[in-house]
Amino acid sequence: MRTTMAIAWKELQVYFTTPTAYIIGAMFLIYAGIIFVLDITSQTPEASVRSFILPSSTFFILLSPLLTMRLLAEEQKLGTMELLLTAPVRDWEVVIGKYLASLGALIATIALTVYYVIMIYSFGDPDTGPVLSAYLGVILYGAAALSIGLLASSLSSNQLVSSVVGMGTLLVLTFVDEIGARLSGVPADIINNISLRVHFSDFSRGIIDTSNIVYYISIIAVVLFLTVRSLETRRWR
Amino acid sequence: MIELDGVTKYYGNYPAITDITFRVEKGEAVGFLGPNGAGKSTTMKIITGFIPPTSGTCSVAEYDIVNQSIYARRHIGYLPETVPLYADMAVSDYLRFMGKIRGMSRERIKSRISEVIEICRLQDYRQSYIGKLSKGFRQRVGIAQSILHEPDVLVLDEPTIGIDPIQVVETRNLIRDLAGEHTLIVSTHILPEVSMICERVIIIHEGQIVAVDRPENLATRLRGVERIEIDVRGPSKEIIAAVKDVEGVSGVERKPNPGSADFTTYEIEGTRGGDLRALIAASVVQKGWNLLRLQAVGMTLEEIFLRLTTTEEQLPES
Repeated sequence: MRTTMAIAWKELQVYFTTPTAYIIGAMFLIYAGIIFVLDITSQTPEASVRSFILPSSTFFILLSPLLTMRLLAEEQKLGTMELLLTAPVRDWEVVIGKYLASLGALIATIALTVYYVIMIYSFGDPDTGPVLSAYLGVILYGAAALSIGLLASSLSSNQLVSSVVGMGTLLVLTFVDEIGARLSGVPADIINNISLRVHFSDFSRGIIDTSNIVYYISIIAVVLFLTVRSLETRRWR
Repeated sequence: MIELDGVTKYYGNYPAITDITFRVEKGEAVGFLGPNGAGKSTTMKIITGFIPPTSGTCSVAEYDIVNQSIYARRHIGYLPETVPLYADMAVSDYLRFMGKIRGMSRERIKSRISEVIEICRLQDYRQSYIGKLSKGFRQRVGIAQSILHEPDVLVLDEPTIGIDPIQVVETRNLIRDLAGEHTLIVSTHILPEVSMICERVIIIHEGQIVAVDRPENLATRLRGVERIEIDVRGPSKEIIAAVKDVEGVSGVERKPNPGSADFTTYEIEGTRGGDLRALIAASVVQKGWNLLRLQAVGMTLEEIFLRLTTTEEQLPES
């Protein structure tokens, strides 16, 4: 546990002592800001976070792989993985530590949008429940996206390859429900259940459904497990 | 302290090392000598638990490096050949991180960091970013992290490669001082370096151990002496006497020859430099005995030695 936190803390420091976190945060704020402005200046503006937080989260397709691409790929490229994995650290401690750091950076980025929520509260009267559930949904959605980004980072020592693989996978997993909408029966059910976006929409409506939480937690668990395995196979090659 | 038994490692179909077996006792300093690509780094990666062997076993401090990896790794300090460090961390932050992931307590980390910074003479660079340091100083940071947790076993892979001559001398002195406190394995392809630091040398070539000896023995064995084997048919005693009479021959020994019933093998030791083989052949044939084979033995070792004795001045040309 202590080593996990040491790794997480070190990676968080890297995020905030290098421009990475600031650039990603700024990009996210610009994007979310545009959506927010479009939302409140529409014909029928609403005092809720739903209409801007769902589109904003699409940005995670880009953001998550950018946050995670470095984490394992760079260690492999620089060879620092050799020192890390010859220290008395278990592979899963490395993966969880790195994952927690990226989650911290993501939550910090999302926290920046609280600014918009304060504006909504001062100019309107939104329901607090859906606001909180939407944020829970965003964090779960982002957390799942990060785990996929981290898996992609373990697959290559090239950060560009990692980020592109991560983005591609997230793109498919997010928009696959469009295909589901054109199908019916069991195939449609399967496809809709895979989609990261479908499970998110309930949260933004203020519904906290256990099945949706379980969905995201399972995605994270399975993908992180695969990441640990992927790290192990690099030793055997 | 370190025990390898029949360790073999394949990369795909290519055997990097085959059947490596050796022991290193507690407190011993062992040099791992061999040309580039001989399998030194692979062996070290196996000892430190970074890669598992394809077959064979390796244990450090009596813990199997594959099955009890975490326990074994607690006893190891390691500096890989490439000196991989986090460029965007300051020296003291980096050392603190390495201490934490090795499970050291906060107080111990603090006191050990001051100690290793002093040992490796990094006092003026505590807050410097590693990426901004020169190669020589990065090397020192690499050594500092490897001794931070006071490991029983210290594994250094080519610790003097790529740094300037003054720093090479400093680094060697540093390693020699460390050798007293730790069980040390250091790899290199420079022979004088080994004789300076190590009590015992393991020469590895094309993935196999070709010689294990003390550095001074190795040098005399290779420098002054030539070994020749001959297969001759004739009366043993007379042959030995005749060969001994040849100038430069210091010893003749009869060896069993399982390949042939009537030809006997003799091992001849002599001083190098003369025309020993020609003289022996002439003397045997003159007496009317049949000479079937005449061969200088230990040629491969000599070849390796020649490659190993490339001094630092000669290196750029090779």
